[in-house]
Amino acid sequence: MFVEEKKIHISKPLELNSGKVLSAYDLMYETYGQLNDDKSNAVLVCHALSGNHHVAGLHKGDEKPGWWDNMIGPSKPINTDKLFVVCMNNLGGCHGSTGPTSINEETNNPYGFEFPIVTVQDWVNSQKVLMDVFDIDKWQFIIGGSLGGMQALQWSLDYPDNVNNAIIIAASPKLTAQNIAFNEVARQAITSDPDWCGGNYIKENKIPKRGLALARMLGHITYLSDESMAKKFGRDLKQDKINFNFDVEFQIESYLRYQGEKFVTSFDANTYLLMTKALDYFDPFNETDFIERMSKSRSRFLVISFTSDWRFPPRRSEEIVKTLIKLNKDVSYACIKSDGGHDAFLMKNDNYFEIMRTYIEANMNG
Amino acid sequence: MARKDFDLITEWVEPDSRILDLGCGDGSLLKLLNKKRNTSGYGVDTSIDKTIKSLDNTINIINADINDHMDFFKDKSFDYVILAQSLQVVDNPVSLIKEMLRIGNEVIISFPNMGYWRSRLYLFFRGEMPVTSELPFSWHSTPNIHLCTIRDFKKMCISNNFQITEEVINNVNGKNVSASLLNNLTGTSAIFRIK
Repeated sequence: MFVEEKKIHISKPLELNSGKVLSAYDLMYETYGQLNDDKSNAVLVCHALSGNHHVAGLHKGDEKPGWWDNMIGPSKPINTDKLFVVCMNNLGGCHGSTGPTSINEETNNPYGFEFPIVTVQDWVNSQKVLMDVFDIDKWQFIIGGSLGGMQALQWSLDYPDNVNNAIIIAASPKLTAQNIAFNEVARQAITSDPDWCGGNYIKENKIPKRGLALARMLGHITYLSDESMAKKFGRDLKQDKINFNFDVEFQIESYLRYQGEKFVTSFDANTYLLMTKALDYFDPFNETDFIERMSKSRSRFLVISFTSDWRFPPRRSEEIVKTLIKLNKDVSYACIKSDGGHDAFLMKNDNYFEIMRTYIEANMNG
Repeated sequence: MARKDFDLITEWVEPDSRILDLGCGDGSLLKLLNKKRNTSGYGVDTSIDKTIKSLDNTINIINADINDHMDFFKDKSFDYVILAQSLQVVDNPVSLIKEMLRIGNEVIISFPNMGYWRSRLYLFFRGEMPVTSELPFSWHSTPNIHLCTIRDFKKMCISNNFQITEEVINNVNGKNVSASLLNNLTGTSAIFRIK
Protein backbone atom coordinates (compact mmCIF):
# COMPACT_ATOMS: atom_id res chain seq x y z
CA MET A 1 0.00 0.00 0.00
CA PHE A 2 1.20 3.52 -0.79
CA VAL A 3 1.12 6.04 1.99
CA GLU A 4 1.62 9.77 2.08
CA GLU A 5 3.11 11.84 4.80
CA LYS A 6 1.18 14.86 6.02
CA LYS A 7 2.29 17.99 7.78
CA ILE A 8 0.25 20.18 10.04
CA HIS A 9 1.23 23.59 11.34
CA ILE A 10 0.35 24.28 14.98
CA SER A 11 0.25 27.93 15.90
CA LYS A 12 -0.69 27.45 19.53
CA PRO A 13 2.52 27.73 21.61
CA LEU A 14 3.79 24.60 23.34
CA GLU A 15 5.29 25.08 26.75
CA LEU A 16 8.19 22.71 27.19
CA ASN A 17 9.40 20.86 30.27
CA SER A 18 12.50 23.04 30.33
CA GLY A 19 10.39 26.18 30.71
CA LYS A 20 11.09 27.26 27.13
CA VAL A 21 8.24 27.75 24.68
CA LEU A 22 7.88 26.68 21.06
CA SER A 23 5.67 29.48 19.75
CA ALA A 24 4.65 27.56 16.62
CA TYR A 25 5.71 24.28 15.13
CA ASP A 26 5.05 21.67 12.46
CA LEU A 27 4.11 18.05 13.07
CA MET A 28 4.80 15.51 10.34
CA TYR A 29 2.76 12.33 10.51
CA GLU A 30 1.32 9.38 8.62
CA THR A 31 -1.86 7.42 9.12
CA TYR A 32 -2.89 3.90 8.10
CA GLY A 33 -6.34 2.34 8.05
CA GLN A 34 -9.65 4.12 8.62
CA LEU A 35 -10.85 5.89 11.74
CA ASN A 36 -14.25 4.38 12.56
CA ASP A 37 -17.41 6.40 13.21
CA ASP A 38 -17.17 6.42 16.99
CA LYS A 39 -13.40 6.97 16.82
CA SER A 40 -12.75 3.97 19.01
CA ASN A 41 -10.10 2.25 16.88
CA ALA A 42 -7.28 4.79 17.04
CA VAL A 43 -3.72 3.66 17.67
CA LEU A 44 -0.70 5.85 18.31
CA VAL A 45 2.67 4.36 17.45
CA CYS A 46 5.63 6.19 19.01
CA HIS A 47 9.04 6.01 17.43
CA ALA A 48 12.41 5.42 19.06
CA LEU A 49 15.69 7.32 18.91
CA SER A 50 16.39 7.19 15.19
CA GLY A 51 12.86 6.43 13.98
CA ASN A 52 10.35 8.68 12.27
CA HIS A 53 6.71 8.97 11.25
CA HIS A 54 7.08 6.63 8.26
CA VAL A 55 6.29 3.48 10.19
CA ALA A 56 4.62 1.32 7.55
CA GLY A 57 3.70 1.08 3.90
CA LEU A 58 5.57 2.46 0.91
CA HIS A 59 6.08 5.98 -0.24
CA LYS A 60 5.60 6.21 -4.00
CA GLY A 61 8.90 5.51 -5.69
CA ASP A 62 10.49 3.91 -2.62
CA GLU A 63 11.63 0.30 -2.48
CA LYS A 64 11.89 0.05 1.29
CA PRO A 65 8.73 0.27 3.41
CA GLY A 66 8.40 2.05 6.77
CA TRP A 67 10.50 0.88 9.73
CA TRP A 68 7.85 -1.31 11.39
CA ASP A 69 6.10 -2.57 8.27
CA ASN A 70 6.32 -6.19 9.44
CA MET A 71 4.14 -5.30 12.45
CA ILE A 72 1.68 -2.81 10.97
CA GLY A 73 -0.62 -3.36 8.00
CA PRO A 74 -3.62 -5.33 6.79
CA SER A 75 -3.87 -8.65 8.69
CA LYS A 76 -0.63 -7.88 10.57
CA PRO A 77 -0.52 -7.83 14.41
CA ILE A 78 -1.36 -4.11 14.41
CA ASN A 79 -4.13 -4.78 11.93
CA THR A 80 -4.97 -1.77 9.76
CA ASP A 81 -8.06 -3.56 8.42
CA LYS A 82 -9.55 -2.81 11.82
CA LEU A 83 -7.39 -0.11 13.37
CA PHE A 84 -6.54 3.48 12.51
CA VAL A 85 -2.83 3.95 13.14
CA VAL A 86 -1.12 7.31 13.61
CA CYS A 87 2.60 7.87 13.85
CA MET A 88 4.27 11.26 14.01
CA ASN A 89 7.82 12.48 13.85
CA ASN A 90 8.72 13.76 17.28
CA LEU A 91 9.63 17.38 17.91
CA GLY A 92 13.36 17.89 17.66
CA GLY A 93 13.44 15.25 14.92
CA CYS A 94 14.80 15.65 11.44
CA HIS A 95 12.07 14.14 9.29
CA GLY A 96 9.58 16.96 8.92
CA SER A 97 8.44 17.92 12.41
CA THR A 98 10.06 21.04 13.77
CA GLY A 99 13.60 20.38 14.89
CA PRO A 100 17.16 21.67 14.71
CA THR A 101 17.18 21.65 10.88
CA SER A 102 13.96 23.72 10.68
CA ILE A 103 14.00 27.46 10.17
CA ASN A 104 13.46 29.44 13.35
CA GLU A 105 10.85 32.01 12.31
CA GLU A 106 12.25 34.51 14.78
CA THR A 107 15.76 34.51 13.31
CA ASN A 108 15.12 33.16 9.80
CA ASN A 109 18.01 30.77 10.35
CA PRO A 110 17.96 27.04 11.11
CA TYR A 111 17.53 26.38 14.83
CA GLY A 112 20.65 24.22 14.94
CA PHE A 113 22.03 23.91 18.44
CA GLU A 114 19.56 26.58 19.60
CA PHE A 115 16.64 24.17 19.39
CA PRO A 116 15.33 23.72 22.93
CA ILE A 117 15.86 20.41 24.68
CA VAL A 118 12.68 18.34 24.51
CA THR A 119 11.62 15.58 26.87
CA VAL A 120 9.37 12.54 26.61
CA GLN A 121 6.66 14.59 28.37
CA ASP A 122 6.97 17.28 25.69
CA TRP A 123 6.55 14.69 22.96
CA VAL A 124 3.49 13.28 24.68
CA ASN A 125 2.01 16.78 24.95
CA SER A 126 2.62 17.41 21.24
CA GLN A 127 1.11 14.03 20.35
CA LYS A 128 -1.95 15.06 22.39
CA VAL A 129 -2.20 18.18 20.20
CA LEU A 130 -2.34 15.94 17.12
CA MET A 131 -4.89 13.71 18.89
CA ASP A 132 -7.10 16.77 19.40
CA VAL A 133 -6.74 17.68 15.73
CA PHE A 134 -8.23 14.29 14.89
CA ASP A 135 -10.85 14.86 17.59
CA ILE A 136 -9.99 11.48 19.07
CA ASP A 137 -10.89 11.08 22.74
CA LYS A 138 -9.09 7.81 23.49
CA TRP A 139 -6.22 5.90 21.98
CA GLN A 140 -7.32 2.28 21.99
CA PHE A 141 -3.62 1.41 21.92
CA ILE A 142 -0.44 3.38 22.32
CA ILE A 143 2.45 1.25 21.18
CA GLY A 144 6.19 1.78 21.15
CA GLY A 145 9.53 0.05 21.43
CA SER A 146 12.52 1.40 23.35
CA LEU A 147 12.17 5.21 23.60
CA GLY A 148 8.77 4.69 21.94
CA GLY A 149 7.69 2.45 24.81
CA MET A 150 8.72 5.15 27.22
CA GLN A 151 6.31 7.53 25.49
CA ALA A 152 3.51 4.97 25.85
CA LEU A 153 4.25 4.76 29.59
CA GLN A 154 4.38 8.56 29.91
CA TRP A 155 1.03 8.87 28.12
CA SER A 156 -0.69 6.58 30.62
CA LEU A 157 0.64 8.80 33.40
CA ASP A 158 0.07 12.25 31.87
CA TYR A 159 -3.28 11.57 30.19
CA PRO A 160 -4.87 8.91 32.43
CA ASP A 161 -8.28 9.13 30.72
CA ASN A 162 -7.09 9.09 27.13
CA VAL A 163 -5.31 5.72 26.93
CA ASN A 164 -7.06 2.36 26.97
CA ASN A 165 -4.00 0.18 26.41
CA ALA A 166 -0.30 0.97 26.56
CA ILE A 167 2.05 -1.54 24.93
CA ILE A 168 5.58 -0.94 26.19
CA ILE A 169 8.24 -2.95 24.36
CA ALA A 170 11.98 -3.28 25.13
CA ALA A 171 11.82 -0.24 27.36
CA SER A 172 12.97 0.82 30.80
CA PRO A 173 11.52 3.11 33.48
CA LYS A 174 14.76 5.08 33.45
CA LEU A 175 18.29 4.92 32.12
CA THR A 176 21.06 3.42 34.21
CA ALA A 177 24.48 5.03 34.66
CA GLN A 178 25.74 2.64 31.97
CA ASN A 179 23.00 3.71 29.53
CA ILE A 180 23.76 7.39 30.15
CA ALA A 181 27.46 6.68 29.74
CA PHE A 182 26.89 5.26 26.26
CA ASN A 183 24.80 8.30 25.36
CA GLU A 184 27.49 10.63 26.61
CA VAL A 185 30.16 8.95 24.48
CA ALA A 186 27.85 9.30 21.47
CA ARG A 187 27.35 12.99 22.21
CA GLN A 188 31.07 13.53 22.70
CA ALA A 189 31.72 11.85 19.35
CA ILE A 190 29.45 14.38 17.68
CA THR A 191 30.44 17.52 19.53
CA SER A 192 34.17 16.83 19.23
CA ASP A 193 33.93 16.59 15.44
CA PRO A 194 35.37 19.90 14.15
CA ASP A 195 32.62 19.95 11.51
CA TRP A 196 30.02 20.20 14.26
CA CYS A 197 31.02 23.89 14.49
CA GLY A 198 29.61 24.45 17.95
CA GLY A 199 26.29 23.09 16.68
CA ASN A 200 26.01 25.57 13.80
CA TYR A 201 27.19 23.27 11.04
CA ILE A 202 24.21 23.99 8.79
CA LYS A 203 25.07 27.67 8.69
CA GLU A 204 28.71 26.77 8.07
CA ASN A 205 27.63 24.41 5.30
CA LYS A 206 29.23 21.41 6.96
CA ILE A 207 28.09 18.07 8.35
CA PRO A 208 29.78 16.42 11.36
CA LYS A 209 29.82 13.14 9.48
CA ARG A 210 32.60 11.43 11.40
CA GLY A 211 31.14 12.23 14.79
CA LEU A 212 27.60 11.22 13.88
CA ALA A 213 28.81 8.01 12.22
CA LEU A 214 30.81 7.15 15.33
CA ALA A 215 27.79 7.81 17.54
CA ARG A 216 25.70 5.54 15.34
CA MET A 217 28.32 2.79 15.32
CA LEU A 218 28.48 2.86 19.10
CA GLY A 219 24.70 2.87 19.38
CA HIS A 220 24.42 0.06 16.88
CA ILE A 221 26.66 -2.20 18.98
CA THR A 222 24.30 -1.72 21.91
CA TYR A 223 21.29 -2.62 19.73
CA LEU A 224 22.72 -5.99 18.74
CA SER A 225 23.64 -8.90 20.97
CA ASP A 226 26.87 -10.84 21.31
CA GLU A 227 25.05 -13.91 19.96
CA SER A 228 23.59 -12.17 16.93
CA MET A 229 26.91 -10.53 16.04
CA ALA A 230 28.70 -13.86 16.42
CA LYS A 231 26.11 -15.52 14.22
CA LYS A 232 26.06 -12.82 11.55
CA PHE A 233 29.76 -11.91 11.40
CA GLY A 234 31.81 -14.11 13.70
CA ARG A 235 35.45 -13.38 12.96
CA ASP A 236 34.86 -13.42 9.21
CA LEU A 237 37.39 -11.41 7.23
CA LYS A 238 36.70 -9.17 4.25
CA GLN A 239 39.62 -10.72 2.45
CA ASP A 240 40.69 -14.24 3.26
CA LYS A 241 43.81 -13.22 5.18
CA ILE A 242 44.84 -10.65 7.74
CA ASN A 243 46.95 -7.82 6.39
CA PHE A 244 48.59 -6.39 9.52
CA ASN A 245 47.24 -2.90 8.93
CA PHE A 246 44.38 -0.70 10.17
CA ASP A 247 42.10 -0.96 7.16
CA VAL A 248 38.79 -2.71 7.41
CA GLU A 249 39.67 -6.36 7.95
CA PHE A 250 36.84 -8.00 9.84
CA GLN A 251 33.32 -8.08 8.43
CA ILE A 252 31.94 -6.51 11.57
CA GLU A 253 34.16 -3.46 11.01
CA SER A 254 32.88 -3.14 7.49
CA TYR A 255 29.28 -3.50 8.66
CA LEU A 256 29.61 -0.87 11.37
CA ARG A 257 31.27 1.61 9.02
CA TYR A 258 28.51 1.05 6.50
CA GLN A 259 25.85 1.62 9.19
CA GLY A 260 27.61 4.82 10.24
CA GLU A 261 27.98 6.15 6.71
CA LYS A 262 24.39 5.34 5.80
CA PHE A 263 23.09 7.03 8.94
CA VAL A 264 24.73 10.40 8.27
CA THR A 265 22.86 10.73 4.99
CA SER A 266 19.47 10.54 6.69
CA PHE A 267 19.92 11.88 10.21
CA ASP A 268 20.81 15.17 11.83
CA ALA A 269 23.56 15.34 14.45
CA ASN A 270 21.78 17.87 16.68
CA THR A 271 18.65 15.72 16.61
CA TYR A 272 20.78 12.80 17.79
CA LEU A 273 22.00 14.92 20.71
CA LEU A 274 18.42 15.89 21.61
CA MET A 275 17.08 12.33 21.44
CA THR A 276 19.80 11.02 23.75
CA LYS A 277 19.03 13.79 26.24
CA ALA A 278 15.32 12.89 26.21
CA LEU A 279 16.34 9.33 27.06
CA ASP A 280 18.66 10.43 29.87
CA TYR A 281 16.03 12.64 31.51
CA PHE A 282 13.21 10.06 31.38
CA ASP A 283 12.27 8.94 34.90
CA PRO A 284 8.48 8.96 35.33
CA PHE A 285 8.42 6.85 38.50
CA ASN A 286 10.30 9.65 40.23
CA GLU A 287 7.97 12.42 39.10
CA THR A 288 6.03 14.24 41.82
CA ASP A 289 2.81 12.51 42.84
CA PHE A 290 3.67 9.53 40.61
CA ILE A 291 1.68 7.03 42.68
CA GLU A 292 -1.35 9.26 42.94
CA ARG A 293 -1.28 10.11 39.25
CA MET A 294 -0.66 6.59 38.01
CA SER A 295 -3.42 5.29 40.28
CA LYS A 296 -5.82 7.41 38.23
CA SER A 297 -4.73 5.90 34.95
CA ARG A 298 -7.40 3.77 33.30
CA SER A 299 -4.94 2.14 30.95
CA ARG A 300 -4.25 -1.55 30.73
CA PHE A 301 -0.64 -2.45 30.03
CA LEU A 302 1.29 -5.00 28.04
CA VAL A 303 5.03 -5.04 28.69
CA ILE A 304 7.36 -7.05 26.46
CA SER A 305 11.08 -7.72 26.83
CA PHE A 306 13.68 -9.77 24.95
CA THR A 307 16.14 -12.17 26.56
CA SER A 308 19.25 -10.95 24.70
CA ASP A 309 18.52 -7.22 25.03
CA TRP A 310 21.36 -5.80 27.10
CA ARG A 311 20.55 -2.15 26.49
CA PHE A 312 17.20 -2.53 28.29
CA PRO A 313 17.30 -6.12 29.54
CA PRO A 314 14.21 -7.99 30.81
CA ARG A 315 14.87 -6.92 34.41
CA ARG A 316 14.39 -3.27 33.38
CA SER A 317 11.01 -4.06 31.81
CA GLU A 318 10.22 -6.04 34.95
CA GLU A 319 10.76 -2.88 37.02
CA ILE A 320 7.87 -1.36 35.08
CA VAL A 321 5.77 -4.48 35.62
CA LYS A 322 6.52 -4.58 39.35
CA THR A 323 5.58 -0.94 39.83
CA LEU A 324 2.32 -1.40 37.93
CA ILE A 325 1.46 -4.54 39.94
CA LYS A 326 2.06 -2.62 43.17
CA LEU A 327 -0.57 -0.15 41.97
CA ASN A 328 -2.99 -2.98 41.09
CA LYS A 329 -2.91 -2.04 37.42
CA ASP A 330 -4.11 -4.43 34.74
CA VAL A 331 -0.74 -5.46 33.36
CA SER A 332 0.51 -8.41 31.37
CA TYR A 333 4.13 -9.20 30.70
CA ALA A 334 5.92 -11.41 28.20
CA CYS A 335 9.63 -12.13 28.02
CA ILE A 336 10.47 -13.26 24.50
CA LYS A 337 13.35 -15.61 23.79
CA SER A 338 15.42 -14.00 21.07
CA ASP A 339 19.06 -13.47 20.20
CA GLY A 340 18.26 -10.23 18.37
CA GLY A 341 19.38 -7.93 21.19
CA HIS A 342 17.62 -4.60 21.70
CA ASP A 343 16.68 -4.47 18.01
CA ALA A 344 14.63 -7.66 18.49
CA PHE A 345 11.60 -5.40 18.92
CA LEU A 346 11.85 -4.55 15.21
CA MET A 347 12.31 -8.12 14.01
CA LYS A 348 9.85 -10.80 13.08
CA ASN A 349 9.55 -13.44 15.80
CA ASP A 350 6.63 -15.86 15.97
CA ASN A 351 6.05 -15.68 19.73
CA TYR A 352 6.47 -11.90 19.84
CA PHE A 353 4.09 -11.33 16.95
CA GLU A 354 1.56 -13.79 18.38
CA ILE A 355 1.68 -11.99 21.75
CA MET A 356 1.03 -8.67 20.00
CA ARG A 357 -1.71 -10.06 17.76
CA THR A 358 -3.49 -11.86 20.60
CA TYR A 359 -3.37 -8.94 23.02
CA ILE A 360 -4.54 -6.47 20.38
CA GLU A 361 -7.36 -8.73 19.20
CA ALA A 362 -8.51 -9.38 22.78
CA ASN A 363 -8.45 -5.70 23.77
CA MET A 364 -9.67 -4.09 20.58
CA ASN A 365 -13.05 -3.20 22.01
CA GLY A 366 -13.72 -1.44 25.28
CA MET B 1 -8.89 -33.46 37.39
CA ALA B 2 -8.10 -29.79 37.00
CA ARG B 3 -11.75 -28.83 36.45
CA LYS B 4 -12.62 -30.50 39.76
CA ASP B 5 -10.13 -28.20 41.49
CA PHE B 6 -11.57 -25.20 39.71
CA ASP B 7 -15.12 -25.83 40.93
CA LEU B 8 -13.99 -26.17 44.49
CA ILE B 9 -11.70 -23.13 44.36
CA THR B 10 -14.57 -21.13 42.86
CA GLU B 11 -16.71 -22.18 45.82
CA TRP B 12 -14.06 -21.17 48.32
CA VAL B 13 -13.11 -17.80 46.86
CA GLU B 14 -15.05 -14.83 48.24
CA PRO B 15 -16.56 -12.41 45.70
CA ASP B 16 -14.43 -9.39 44.66
CA SER B 17 -11.20 -10.99 45.92
CA ARG B 18 -7.70 -10.31 44.66
CA ILE B 19 -6.16 -13.49 43.25
CA LEU B 20 -2.63 -14.51 42.35
CA ASP B 21 -2.56 -17.78 40.39
CA LEU B 22 0.93 -19.30 40.18
CA GLY B 23 1.53 -21.65 37.27
CA CYS B 24 -1.77 -20.43 35.82
CA GLY B 25 -1.46 -22.29 32.50
CA ASP B 26 -3.87 -20.92 29.93
CA GLY B 27 -5.56 -18.71 32.52
CA SER B 28 -8.86 -20.58 32.54
CA LEU B 29 -9.10 -20.68 36.36
CA LEU B 30 -8.63 -16.91 36.64
CA LYS B 31 -11.06 -16.34 33.80
CA LEU B 32 -13.62 -18.48 35.61
CA LEU B 33 -13.04 -16.69 38.92
CA ASN B 34 -13.17 -13.25 37.31
CA LYS B 35 -16.48 -14.17 35.72
CA LYS B 36 -18.15 -16.02 38.58
CA ARG B 37 -16.65 -14.24 41.59
CA ASN B 38 -15.81 -10.85 40.09
CA THR B 39 -12.21 -11.30 41.16
CA SER B 40 -9.14 -9.50 39.84
CA GLY B 41 -5.44 -10.23 39.89
CA TYR B 42 -2.72 -11.95 37.94
CA GLY B 43 -1.64 -15.30 36.64
CA VAL B 44 2.02 -16.25 36.44
CA ASP B 45 3.37 -18.79 33.99
CA THR B 46 6.80 -19.43 32.54
CA SER B 47 5.54 -20.85 29.24
CA ILE B 48 5.22 -18.41 26.34
CA ASP B 49 2.54 -20.58 24.69
CA LYS B 50 0.47 -20.50 27.89
CA THR B 51 1.06 -16.75 28.07
CA ILE B 52 -0.43 -16.31 24.61
CA LYS B 53 -3.45 -18.46 25.61
CA SER B 54 -3.86 -16.45 28.80
CA LEU B 55 -3.87 -13.20 26.82
CA ASP B 56 -6.54 -14.73 24.63
CA ASN B 57 -8.50 -15.48 27.81
CA THR B 58 -8.14 -11.76 28.69
CA ILE B 59 -6.51 -12.33 32.05
CA ASN B 60 -3.50 -10.39 33.35
CA ILE B 61 -0.62 -12.75 32.72
CA ILE B 62 2.94 -12.36 33.97
CA ASN B 63 5.25 -14.52 31.87
CA ALA B 64 7.87 -15.41 34.48
CA ASP B 65 9.32 -18.31 36.43
CA ILE B 66 7.53 -18.67 39.78
CA ASN B 67 10.75 -19.98 41.33
CA ASP B 68 12.43 -16.59 41.28
CA HIS B 69 9.94 -13.80 40.61
CA MET B 70 7.94 -13.64 43.81
CA ASP B 71 9.54 -10.25 44.54
CA PHE B 72 7.05 -8.89 41.97
CA PHE B 73 4.43 -9.09 44.70
CA LYS B 74 4.33 -7.20 47.96
CA ASP B 75 3.28 -8.50 51.38
CA LYS B 76 -0.41 -9.33 51.87
CA SER B 77 -1.36 -7.83 48.52
CA PHE B 78 -3.73 -10.67 47.54
CA ASP B 79 -6.63 -12.42 49.23
CA TYR B 80 -5.70 -15.77 47.75
CA VAL B 81 -2.49 -17.12 46.28
CA ILE B 82 -3.24 -20.28 44.32
CA LEU B 83 -0.94 -23.06 43.17
CA ALA B 84 -3.14 -25.48 41.23
CA GLN B 85 -1.49 -28.73 40.09
CA SER B 86 1.93 -27.08 39.89
CA LEU B 87 3.50 -27.89 43.26
CA GLN B 88 5.39 -30.81 41.74
CA VAL B 89 7.29 -28.61 39.26
CA VAL B 90 8.51 -26.08 41.82
CA ASP B 91 12.25 -25.95 42.68
CA ASN B 92 11.77 -25.47 46.40
CA PRO B 93 8.18 -26.09 47.55
CA VAL B 94 8.73 -24.97 51.16
CA SER B 95 10.25 -21.61 50.29
CA LEU B 96 7.61 -21.00 47.63
CA ILE B 97 4.79 -21.74 50.09
CA LYS B 98 6.42 -19.33 52.55
CA GLU B 99 6.44 -16.70 49.82
CA MET B 100 2.79 -17.44 49.02
CA LEU B 101 1.89 -16.95 52.69
CA ARG B 102 3.82 -13.68 52.71
CA ILE B 103 1.97 -12.39 49.62
CA GLY B 104 -1.53 -13.67 50.33
CA ASN B 105 -3.97 -13.84 53.19
CA GLU B 106 -4.69 -17.41 52.26
CA VAL B 107 -2.99 -20.09 50.17
CA ILE B 108 -4.72 -22.77 48.09
CA ILE B 109 -2.65 -25.68 46.80
CA SER B 110 -3.72 -28.70 44.79
CA PHE B 111 -1.50 -31.55 43.66
CA PRO B 112 -1.64 -35.12 42.32
CA ASN B 113 -1.32 -37.78 45.06
CA MET B 114 1.53 -40.20 44.48
CA GLY B 115 0.15 -42.31 47.34
CA TYR B 116 -2.81 -43.29 45.15
CA TRP B 117 -3.02 -47.08 45.05
CA ARG B 118 -2.51 -47.35 41.31
CA SER B 119 0.76 -45.42 41.53
CA ARG B 120 1.85 -47.68 44.34
CA LEU B 121 0.98 -50.86 42.39
CA TYR B 122 2.69 -49.48 39.26
CA LEU B 123 5.94 -49.08 41.14
CA PHE B 124 5.44 -52.28 43.14
CA PHE B 125 4.75 -54.61 40.22
CA ARG B 126 6.60 -52.96 37.35
CA GLY B 127 9.49 -51.67 39.36
CA GLU B 128 9.33 -48.46 37.30
CA MET B 129 8.41 -44.87 38.10
CA PRO B 130 4.67 -44.49 37.42
CA VAL B 131 3.65 -43.02 34.06
CA THR B 132 -0.06 -42.17 34.02
CA SER B 133 -2.43 -40.11 31.93
CA GLU B 134 -2.21 -37.33 34.51
CA LEU B 135 1.55 -37.52 34.88
CA PRO B 136 2.56 -38.77 31.44
CA PHE B 137 6.34 -38.23 31.64
CA SER B 138 9.23 -40.66 31.96
CA TRP B 139 11.40 -40.11 35.05
CA HIS B 140 14.26 -38.59 33.00
CA SER B 141 12.20 -36.05 31.09
CA THR B 142 9.58 -35.08 33.65
CA PRO B 143 9.15 -31.49 34.83
CA ASN B 144 7.58 -33.02 37.95
CA ILE B 145 10.59 -32.99 40.22
CA HIS B 146 8.75 -32.79 43.55
CA LEU B 147 5.97 -35.34 43.52
CA CYS B 148 4.57 -36.22 46.92
CA THR B 149 1.81 -38.11 48.67
CA ILE B 150 -0.94 -36.53 50.77
CA ARG B 151 0.87 -37.72 53.88
CA ASP B 152 4.16 -36.22 52.71
CA PHE B 153 2.45 -32.90 52.14
CA LYS B 154 0.84 -32.84 55.56
CA LYS B 155 4.12 -33.73 57.25
CA MET B 156 5.79 -30.81 55.45
CA CYS B 157 3.00 -28.47 56.58
CA ILE B 158 3.38 -29.53 60.19
CA SER B 159 7.16 -29.22 60.25
CA ASN B 160 6.97 -25.74 58.75
CA ASN B 161 4.00 -24.52 60.82
CA PHE B 162 1.79 -24.12 57.75
CA GLN B 163 -1.69 -24.21 59.17
CA ILE B 164 -4.09 -26.39 57.14
CA THR B 165 -7.60 -24.99 57.46
CA GLU B 166 -9.36 -27.27 54.99
CA GLU B 167 -8.54 -30.26 52.82
CA VAL B 168 -10.48 -32.07 50.14
CA ILE B 169 -9.41 -35.26 48.43
CA ASN B 170 -10.61 -36.18 44.96
CA ASN B 171 -11.03 -39.85 44.22
CA VAL B 172 -11.15 -41.60 40.88
CA ASN B 173 -14.88 -40.98 40.48
CA GLY B 174 -14.17 -37.29 40.67
CA LYS B 175 -15.94 -37.12 44.00
CA ASN B 176 -14.68 -34.92 46.75
CA VAL B 177 -14.30 -37.06 49.83
CA SER B 178 -13.69 -35.58 53.22
CA ALA B 179 -10.72 -36.55 55.32
CA SER B 180 -10.36 -40.20 56.22
CA LEU B 181 -7.51 -42.58 56.90
CA LEU B 182 -7.76 -44.19 53.48
CA ASN B 183 -7.35 -40.91 51.58
CA ASN B 184 -3.69 -41.35 50.89
CA LEU B 185 -4.55 -44.65 49.17
CA THR B 186 -7.79 -43.79 47.38
CA GLY B 187 -7.31 -40.12 46.51
CA THR B 188 -6.04 -39.19 43.06
CA SER B 189 -5.44 -35.57 43.96
CA ALA B 190 -5.75 -33.28 46.94
CA ILE B 191 -6.50 -29.65 47.56
CA PHE B 192 -5.53 -27.77 50.70
CA ARG B 193 -6.27 -24.36 52.18
CA ILE B 194 -3.37 -23.05 54.22
CA LYS B 195 -2.87 -20.01 56.42
